[in-house]
Amino acid sequence: MEYISIVFEEVYKILFLLVPVLVSVAMIVWLDRRIWAFVQKRQGPNVVGPFGLLQSLADALKYIFKEMIIPSSSNKLIFILAPIVTMTLALIAWAVIPFGATQVLADINVGILYLFAVSSLGVYGIIMGGWASNSKYPFLGAIRSAAQMVSYEVSIGVIIINVLLCVGSLNLNDIVTAQQSMWFVIPLFPMFVIFFISALAETNRPPFDLPEAEAELVAGYQTEYSGMMYAMFWLGEYANILLMCAMGAILFLGGWLSPLEVFPFTLIPGAIWLILKILLLFFLFALVKAIVPRYRYDQLMRLGWKVFLPFSLIWVVLTASYLFYFNLLPVN
Amino acid sequence: MIAHAIFFYTFSIIAVVSAIMVTASKNTVHSVFFLILDFISISCLFIMIGAEFLGMIMLIVYVGAVAVLFLFVVMMLNVAQQKNQWFAAKDSSKHIPVGLLISTLIFVEIIIVIGGWKYKPEIFDINNSITQTSISNTHSLGRILYTDYIHIFQISGMILLVAMIGAIVLTFRQRSGVKRQSYIKQISRERAEGVEVIEVGTNKGVRIDD
Repeated sequence: MEYISIVFEEVYKILFLLVPVLVSVAMIVWLDRRIWAFVQKRQGPNVVGPFGLLQSLADALKYIFKEMIIPSSSNKLIFILAPIVTMTLALIAWAVIPFGATQVLADINVGILYLFAVSSLGVYGIIMGGWASNSKYPFLGAIRSAAQMVSYEVSIGVIIINVLLCVGSLNLNDIVTAQQSMWFVIPLFPMFVIFFISALAETNRPPFDLPEAEAELVAGYQTEYSGMMYAMFWLGEYANILLMCAMGAILFLGGWLSPLEVFPFTLIPGAIWLILKILLLFFLFALVKAIVPRYRYDQLMRLGWKVFLPFSLIWVVLTASYLFYFNLLPVN
Repeated sequence: MIAHAIFFYTFSIIAVVSAIMVTASKNTVHSVFFLILDFISISCLFIMIGAEFLGMIMLIVYVGAVAVLFLFVVMMLNVAQQKNQWFAAKDSSKHIPVGLLISTLIFVEIIIVIGGWKYKPEIFDINNSITQTSISNTHSLGRILYTDYIHIFQISGMILLVAMIGAIVLTFRQRSGVKRQSYIKQISRERAEGVEVIEVGTNKGVRIDD
């Protein structure tokens, strides 16, 4: 009986987290297209609903009612598993995101490692989809994407080490509360920039959208997908983008902390501040998509391995020696 | 306790079955996917005994990086066909004695370690600070790794570094006749080097040399 009540309570909490995430993914697609359009002096989707807000809903309906085509020469089980894996991994990571001092689904000790592990598993959805399609373009796209995500994971890992040096804990709530006096974006600003660019590469966003570069690879690993399976890839991708924005907000922008600890700001709950920070980062993501041309593949690899990795490693040494010299190392 | 047992047996059954499937499945890509499933269930077991840091590192390093490289190699080299041929060929029976010998050795080693740990726990130095429950698993790992075992830790790091450099040196070759792209050159190109305005005489044409 006790177990059943625990299960119900947890399911209720999970639904309360996941439904807003899914709805905001739909909204964020609309926002992305609108920002993209405004930069190019277009209107963007503005017909369905007020300001075109229901555009994503209409798109989703269209995807649901379309036929799912499974290529006859594909590996059917893995072909169907791939979008499921992408979507699931994009959603389970939200379990550890803290929306307030106590508003977190799973307050685990190694929260940041969990986030990092889940985001590094995200590559499997793409590889599985690309391989199981048994076709040239998806395979090339999958290989490109796997190499790209593994490379940029390395620099994201080193950047996380930088932040952890200043915090002294792997718990996400501890990371947020350590920024009470100053957000890490100020002392670690170069790391924030590198994190942002690596997050773009990690989520296959322009200018690093080589896995689905439409001029060369049709649609990359998604070429053979249609209907709801395509929509799941697409939802998973945007959920991952939101997750990366949330990670950036927690690591560098103070998570659910308000920017100033004075009267009118403290009235607003922490969840709102976190959402505002996520939206700010997402706005930057959308702007970058609109104004930067696509990278060449060798330039992308060079940027990851020869520029970001050495720079962030040197910054780890600098941060560690600064903290050690001024006796600021967090000891507990 | 019942829930604990259910979780433990679920994860361990998945781990054992997928480990068997790694060797039993005929398609090599499926083998790698079973290997990944095995890694994931092992890391779940790690988390269950309270070694959350090890579990997460297992996920990040093995599943997130090593298995991706395995998949790469398997997909690119088309080993799938070779494995099928190997299964069908008669000479596969030649490898069975060697395989049996190695697996017996590994089995005996595991028996010795587990038996010794069970009956003479004082030989094994694992009960000093890891099991303190007041501090988190990550802290206690760091405390013994960077104090008591700092030399072993550093030496293993050096061995990995040497292995990495060795792999790069062995596979790196400078091929001649390959057109390389230099970023500095490409970015610092001026208009004067790229464009030239030529007065073309009638019936002469322009000679372009590259």
